[in-house]
Amino acid sequence: MSAVKIKEGVYWVGVVDWNVRSFHGHTYNTKRGTTYNSYLIVDEKIALIDSVYAPFSKELLANISEIVPLEKIDYMVVNHVEGDHSGAVPEVLKYCPKAKVIGTEKCKLGMNKNYYGSWDWQTVKTGDKISLGKNTLAFVEAPMLHWPDSMFTYIPELELLMPNDAFGQHISTSKRFDDEIDQGELMDEAAAYYANILLPFSPLVLRKIEEVVKMGIKINMIAPSHGIIWRKDPAKIINAYVKWAKNETTDKVVIAYETMWKSTELMAKTIGDGISSTGVKVVIANISEVDKTNVIKEMLDAKGYLLGSSTHGNDMLPALAGFLSFLKDMKPKGRIGAAFGSYGWAGGAAKSIESVLTAAGVEIVQPLIQCQFVPDKAELKKLFEYGVEFGNKIKKSDANCVFCKG
Amino acid sequence: MKKYICTVCSYIYDPATGDPDGNIAPGTPFEMIPDTWVCPQCGVTKEMFKETI
Repeated sequence: MSAVKIKEGVYWVGVVDWNVRSFHGHTYNTKRGTTYNSYLIVDEKIALIDSVYAPFSKELLANISEIVPLEKIDYMVVNHVEGDHSGAVPEVLKYCPKAKVIGTEKCKLGMNKNYYGSWDWQTVKTGDKISLGKNTLAFVEAPMLHWPDSMFTYIPELELLMPNDAFGQHISTSKRFDDEIDQGELMDEAAAYYANILLPFSPLVLRKIEEVVKMGIKINMIAPSHGIIWRKDPAKIINAYVKWAKNETTDKVVIAYETMWKSTELMAKTIGDGISSTGVKVVIANISEVDKTNVIKEMLDAKGYLLGSSTHGNDMLPALAGFLSFLKDMKPKGRIGAAFGSYGWAGGAAKSIESVLTAAGVEIVQPLIQCQFVPDKAELKKLFEYGVEFGNKIKKSDANCVFCKG
Repeated sequence: MKKYICTVCSYIYDPATGDPDGNIAPGTPFEMIPDTWVCPQCGVTKEMFKETI
């Protein structure tokens, strides 16, 4: 795609990755592809904010060249060291002999450890500014949003925030702005992004938003490093982040399981029917079949988590074990849960699941439930009632919004 | 009691609140935290922390 003007003197020069389906190795399924957004600021001095993933370097260089000759770039701002944004920096710098590289101290260390380039660096911290002429680049360190090196670049004269990964979404589209695409699709991907990447850093998200508000930063456009640019309604994504960061949940349960011969699946569905009969929403997912990124997204606003597995050896099945390990890393707060599973002789999966859920900070509110081989009629009734009991606990639970309780 | 900041992610350990999720009771001074404890935010070990105000 060609460069797109997003504000006076500011151009999107990034690339659209239509075909990527696995991100961060295989930890994130990008079912709608993604974009790597890079922004060119043309003023008396010229700055490039972030680059793109290395295989797309040529597209980036071509987009910049449509606007200015590459050698005119004065500043290469690296908001974040991760390869999807910094990958093309070594290539860009080959053509920009006078460009100074701008980033946090940690970014500099990380860039050196990734690319081993000998570049002209100027490290920055919160409050530092660089004048480009009419416009100023102002920097705000944002550690862990998404890595220790991360920072936001802000142009006060244009009220433009370029927060790198924060407020991003993995969507490939020929459109660049929030008002040009389907809102359901947009918020769905923004939620998936938050749930799978930023959820563990929720306390920092709240603190950073508070800090930005206190600084009196005016924002009329947010240009993140993935997906579309928020120009019509930047408050929409900020408000959504506040809600997600506060771990606000609804009366909803996610039942995630892995099954060998469909017995655990029958348990999942029967418990699900019981929960559903109480009016609580249920989402059921066989973790070895469905998109795990989407399941984590569904868990973002769910108050209850039920995890189940058949016993293999004396433990849970491997896909569920991997999923639970990821869930534990996401540090969900204020959720309630329980474990279930089928077994042949000794069992062990449900117990194992229960201990991981506990370690993940999920409050176990019902003893685990197990069935040998295939549930009989009496057991099915018990499973349904188990679901009813869990559904009622969801409705009564005050797990909603742990931060709101102060 | 002194607060400590994680030099990697800027998480602040406040002894007044401790880190209940990491089994550190409120009122525990930083020096008394076991060496096996890790930063609840980014996972680095205790030696990556420094005193802060």
